[in-house]
Amino acid sequence: MKLNRRIVLAAAAAAVAMMAGASTAAMADIKFGVAAEPYAPYSSKDASGKWVGWEIDLMNQLCAQMNEKCELVEVAWDGIIPALTSKQIDVIWSSMSITDERKKTIDFSDMYYNTPSNVIGQKNGDTDIAPDHLKGKIIGVQVSTTHERYAQKYFAPAGAEIKTYSTQDEANNDLAAGRVDYIQADSTALDAFLKTEQGKQCCELKGTVPDDTSVLGFGVGAGVRKEDTALKEKINAAIAELAKQKKFAEITKNYPDLQGIIATPEK
Amino acid sequence: MAGQPGFPEILAFGPTGYGDELLFGAAVSVAIAILAYTLGLLIGLIGAMSKLYGSPLTRAIMQGYTTLVRAVPELILILILYYAGTATLNRLLESSGFAAIAINGFAAAVLVLGFVQGAYSTEVLRAAIQAIPVGQMEAARAYGMSPWLIFRRITVPSMLPYAIPGLANLWLIVTKDTALIAVVGYTELALATRQAAGNTKMYFTFFMSAGLIYLIITLVSQKGFALLEKRVRRGQRKLT
Amino acid sequence: MNFDLLKMLIKGIVVLILVGILAGLIYWLLTVSQWSWMSVYYTLLIKGLWLTLLLWIFSCILGMIFAIPIGLVQVTGPSWLAALAKGYCTVIRGTPLLLQLWLIYYGLGSLFPKIAMVFPDFRTDFMWLIRLDAFWYALLAFTLSFAGYEGEIMRGAFLGVPRGELEAARAIGMSPWKVLTRVWFPRAVRLVLPTLAGEVVLQLKSTPLAMTVTVMDLAGVVRNRITQDTYIVYEPLMLLAVIYMCLTFLTLWAFSYIEKKVPQKR
Repeated sequence: MKLNRRIVLAAAAAAVAMMAGASTAAMADIKFGVAAEPYAPYSSKDASGKWVGWEIDLMNQLCAQMNEKCELVEVAWDGIIPALTSKQIDVIWSSMSITDERKKTIDFSDMYYNTPSNVIGQKNGDTDIAPDHLKGKIIGVQVSTTHERYAQKYFAPAGAEIKTYSTQDEANNDLAAGRVDYIQADSTALDAFLKTEQGKQCCELKGTVPDDTSVLGFGVGAGVRKEDTALKEKINAAIAELAKQKKFAEITKNYPDLQGIIATPEK
Repeated sequence: MAGQPGFPEILAFGPTGYGDELLFGAAVSVAIAILAYTLGLLIGLIGAMSKLYGSPLTRAIMQGYTTLVRAVPELILILILYYAGTATLNRLLESSGFAAIAINGFAAAVLVLGFVQGAYSTEVLRAAIQAIPVGQMEAARAYGMSPWLIFRRITVPSMLPYAIPGLANLWLIVTKDTALIAVVGYTELALATRQAAGNTKMYFTFFMSAGLIYLIITLVSQKGFALLEKRVRRGQRKLT
Repeated sequence: MNFDLLKMLIKGIVVLILVGILAGLIYWLLTVSQWSWMSVYYTLLIKGLWLTLLLWIFSCILGMIFAIPIGLVQVTGPSWLAALAKGYCTVIRGTPLLLQLWLIYYGLGSLFPKIAMVFPDFRTDFMWLIRLDAFWYALLAFTLSFAGYEGEIMRGAFLGVPRGELEAARAIGMSPWKVLTRVWFPRAVRLVLPTLAGEVVLQLKSTPLAMTVTVMDLAGVVRNRITQDTYIVYEPLMLLAVIYMCLTFLTLWAFSYIEKKVPQKR
């Protein structure tokens, strides 16, 4: 009995220590929340489990500039705002566009990149993506994105069916499978998809949607809690400094497909 | 994709294969399952004893707890508790003057799943304790044993044979419920599989491999519980 | 002694915490929470509820239909069929439903382009298959899952019917089919009615998983439409929990009504 009791106590202590250690050790770092899905070329996990991408590179530069230790935390995209407000993460760094709707709940840093919203579709499908041409078609979008709002605002009333996916990747796969006619998403992310084997075979670019900043927003920024004004100022200062040092261009050099399309604070 | 290894190299360990990511995810899943199961058992023991020997207030509280938790889908409970739980906890801590603690995904998953398991464990353990022949409890009390001694020497050993089938079932449920944590974005086996499949587009390969891993965990657990049941039931007549 | 004092102290603290939680919840419900979204989205919610009910009820019925032979063949039938059935139940019960659902929806989806490469007419000839709404994939996954779990339960049920009744039925000259339909199956079902009630409730609780594969059932509408449009997180989830609770209690009540109507002579 004594041995059993000791084993049980030891196991309990280990469990508590593991959880407490996991919680408190991370307190000093700033937690950057990234959506737990592949979103090339901005953030994806390579085969060795490391996060890579344009946005990840920028995050590392930002943290070096701010002189802070940053920890990358994976969260589900459709729960990333609740994760921020419940303090599981401190910054949303996941290609989230700055919109007035979102500003009601959270605050944003300055914009760190901006790209248009495109529609791609099946190779032998209709190329005209004006809303009246899309009656009866199925459009795939990722949930909780500005592209979904745009599709709901312009394409759904015209008679298209909108299918929402929890990750952009799943939307791409269903387009390749033929389950949807078009998908609307970020232009550079879709370009990356069209360059893959799967994308090359099935699909082609149909066009860029006319801009509507009330829905599509004003570019991508870092999401912070409304009360974290100090953190927001720090991030803004770091972004401005990186722009001055032309670090954005340096990062984009490693991603030649983004050159010419991505708009950063440097221009 | 050019340069991407095919099956079975994609499952290898090391930087080019996803085998190590899958196994790490499996280890995380098992760790969450073990901790959540233990937490659930603890809550279940307290709950069962309260339901059987507690005051009317305690019984009402535990009845409310078990009914509510067993009537709502686990996925919804996980979503509510994962976001609302950490938010309210931090708000309480801050309003009472303490600093907010950062509950990482692992701890949150364990707490949520443990909370859910507690409700089911309460019912299983309560039924098991009720199945103990009354005479044994009367005899123990007649001997003047203290309540703690009765619990340690009579209640727990006697209820184990009745409880093991239900508890084995609960263990299988918790190992499979860890897959639901994928919906909140914490990387355990199911999410690791989806990420790997999303990167490589080899959906069938990875989902089959993950299924195999879960199956191995299940079969090993079943064997373990069968051995446990044999030991706990030593001296008693065989079931079939 | 001080042990009793400690117990009273712990009880007091627990009661305080629970009262605090209840008070906080009531305060939040009455003052802070927002429910205005319900008037905007109630048509979507009703459509979602309808889809959830369809998924749930049809997967239960179809799954049960498959479960009967799966359970029966493990008791009677040729050993190879029994082994097959046992293997099926083991795989279904040993892997998470979420994984099975993803395998069926995304796994099959990833096969379509590969088939289209080999058979170029696949896309046009089988357009109906490719465009099949995710609802049917979810229905398939849930049916297969229910059949796996109930197959195991029906096996126990068929085994549990007293041999004497079966022997008596055969002795008075009933054909094997008559024995099955008149004696074996009805007695088996009556034996496991309480367990079936629990299983049907568990199936209801599995239906929200369909939202991960684009099905706009009740959970899908709440998570993928309402929360993303309005950024209101907790109130829709609470409504969801309440609706599922009501459905659960309805089911349990319905089953206890059936159990009372069924004669249970021992």
